[in-house]
Amino acid sequence: MTNEEIKEYISSLAPTATYDETGEWLNILVEPTALKPLMADLRTGKMQMNYLFCVTCVDFKTHLTMVYHLSATTHRQSIVIKANVNRDTPVIETVCDIWRTAEFLEREVFEMFGVNFTNHPDLRKLILEDDFKGFPLRKDFEDPINMIKL
Amino acid sequence: MYNQTEIIKDTSELGAEGELVINMGPQHPATHGVLHLVVTLNGETIKKIEPHLGFIHRSIEKMCESLTYRQFIYVTSRMDYLSSHINNLGCALLIEKGMQIEVPERAKYIRVILSELTRIASHELWLGAMAMDLGAFTPFFYAFREREMITDIMEDTCGARLTMNYIVPGGLMYDLHPDFQKKVKAFITQFKSKVTEYEDLVTNNIIFQSRTKGVGILSAEDAISYGCTGPVARASGVSCDIRKIYPYEVYDKVEFDEVIETAGDSFARYIVRVKEMNQSIRIIEQLIDNIPEGDFVAKTKNVLKLPKGEFYSRVETARGEFGVYIVSEGGTTPHRIKFRSPGFSNLSVLNHIAAGGMIGDLMASMGTLDLVIPDIDR
Amino acid sequence: MELKEKIAGKEPFPGIVHETPGGGIVVSTFDSIINWARSNSLWPLSFATSCCGIEMMSTASAKYDFSRFGFEVARASPRQADVIIIAGTIVNKMAPVLKRLYDQMADPKYVIAMGACAISGGPFFYNTYSVVKGADHIIPVDVYIPGCPPRPEALLHSLIALQEKIKLGMTREQIRGEFKV
Repeated sequence: MTNEEIKEYISSLAPTATYDETGEWLNILVEPTALKPLMADLRTGKMQMNYLFCVTCVDFKTHLTMVYHLSATTHRQSIVIKANVNRDTPVIETVCDIWRTAEFLEREVFEMFGVNFTNHPDLRKLILEDDFKGFPLRKDFEDPINMIKL
Repeated sequence: MYNQTEIIKDTSELGAEGELVINMGPQHPATHGVLHLVVTLNGETIKKIEPHLGFIHRSIEKMCESLTYRQFIYVTSRMDYLSSHINNLGCALLIEKGMQIEVPERAKYIRVILSELTRIASHELWLGAMAMDLGAFTPFFYAFREREMITDIMEDTCGARLTMNYIVPGGLMYDLHPDFQKKVKAFITQFKSKVTEYEDLVTNNIIFQSRTKGVGILSAEDAISYGCTGPVARASGVSCDIRKIYPYEVYDKVEFDEVIETAGDSFARYIVRVKEMNQSIRIIEQLIDNIPEGDFVAKTKNVLKLPKGEFYSRVETARGEFGVYIVSEGGTTPHRIKFRSPGFSNLSVLNHIAAGGMIGDLMASMGTLDLVIPDIDR
Repeated sequence: MELKEKIAGKEPFPGIVHETPGGGIVVSTFDSIINWARSNSLWPLSFATSCCGIEMMSTASAKYDFSRFGFEVARASPRQADVIIIAGTIVNKMAPVLKRLYDQMADPKYVIAMGACAISGGPFFYNTYSVVKGADHIIPVDVYIPGCPPRPEALLHSLIALQEKIKLGMTREQIRGEFKV
């Protein structure tokens, strides 16, 4: 499918989406509330995107951005879905029931950035210690003992 | 602090009478690294496995935000140390894609030969370690005999045995050692003569077969849903070899097969890796006599700066798809770097395939998943 | 440089043999014989966290065999091991585990820190929030091996150095024992 067809298809599902074609793949920016229905349709609908290979979060100083990389085993095309969340109370819906791989990936984003995923079956720390204070990968994380100040 | 006894205090999870919660602790003799598994047992049957990670979390992603684009490549060697050349290749491909650098042909051929040699070395060590987990000590020494030949070749050319920073953005760091082709051909001859030895000792062994056939079955839809890549997914029938689907370097010019099995059990994962070693030998044979002359590195500036934007590159390591994702704001250091490690997704499938089986089968399943824990924790 | 002179002038076998009719008599001190026996059969604990563990496995295999020096039996349980070879980075979450393993080992016990990460945090020294900058913040170390990762020959050199230290009575274990009342 060409980029134009994908843009039309997604605009019919999420009318407020904006597009960015400067990179290698098509980037689609949606509202956090519109994310879950869009993802469910991408998985089961016409596009059949059954392979979620990367979930991450990027900290721009004013907001956080969730980034999902999707691909399909049938037509091998990749797209990138992004959603901006609020920095003070980051909340977004989980996609665990669509792709099982998101269970571990979202736990890691939760402990590193503090993004709260609603309806996640088991949201707790995965890699850090149980009583670690703070969210390490945010840009305002300071640790005077270990000399981190970026 | 990490208190292991905290897990047992929550007795509401224990369920029925007769259930036992044991720790396969961070230090255990199966040489996979530091992984803590909390296993809930009912007699000898496993009810639930929960992995606890983080015992080798070296905060690599945070550290790379203060390193320049030439410096962060040495850290990726230490993440999945058994396929260190392939990890370095992934990072170099990303920087070359972002800065539009053209790599000379000689460098491309040599990079592919080194990647395939690393893949063979990694699968040899996996074979030795997995056989040792199941109780067979002899294949360990046989596997290391071949691995030592490969590390000798690496040491002559790259200078180090395990973590070699030889692949740089733009090409290679130095030219090849003069004895490289002779030694690689000697290795190929030795390897081909030993394949029947491995077949007789491990593959046709009745005890090994009954311990791995029908154990840890993973279906194709589950493999895709859990995000598995590499030999774990190929043994369930999913075609996911990055070298075939999104070819990089000279992989579109060589002939090799993608090894796919459909059974999805531990024996299928074993067979996929053994056949992959033979395919790697085939690739090296096609390339070793045809290395073109020329430069080994392209001219680049001393200080590299990626333009503003996002970049993603992917390579096929011995464990699966390794992805590097960089968000750059135009400076000399990355704004955010994320490593998509193959082991992270392969580990999440452990509860699915081992629950319901016996505890003796856990070793066979975990051995064939081929986990390297520093790759998971980063 | 008293240590070097002591090592250079030492005898390979503890004790002096006096020839008497009907055989020979060895005269020695108990300490020398016990130290000689202990140093030639140290059993390591297999504790490998990251990349240096692969070089330790290479040292155990047939090309650079370390069982010629008595290290043949690598035990999995700390209760049965003499020497712990810390091969790899120690992070904040792993530190209590390492301390617990060290406490579970029976006396006399010795420690070798292998690789740059175990000596001082290594390549992960700057800007990391979770790496312990050196294993000797947790347990006392006898021998340090530099390298990233060190060659198998370097590990063999350090095992021989540890044996020398034991024969001379200079390990931390033995020095600590001298001040016990």
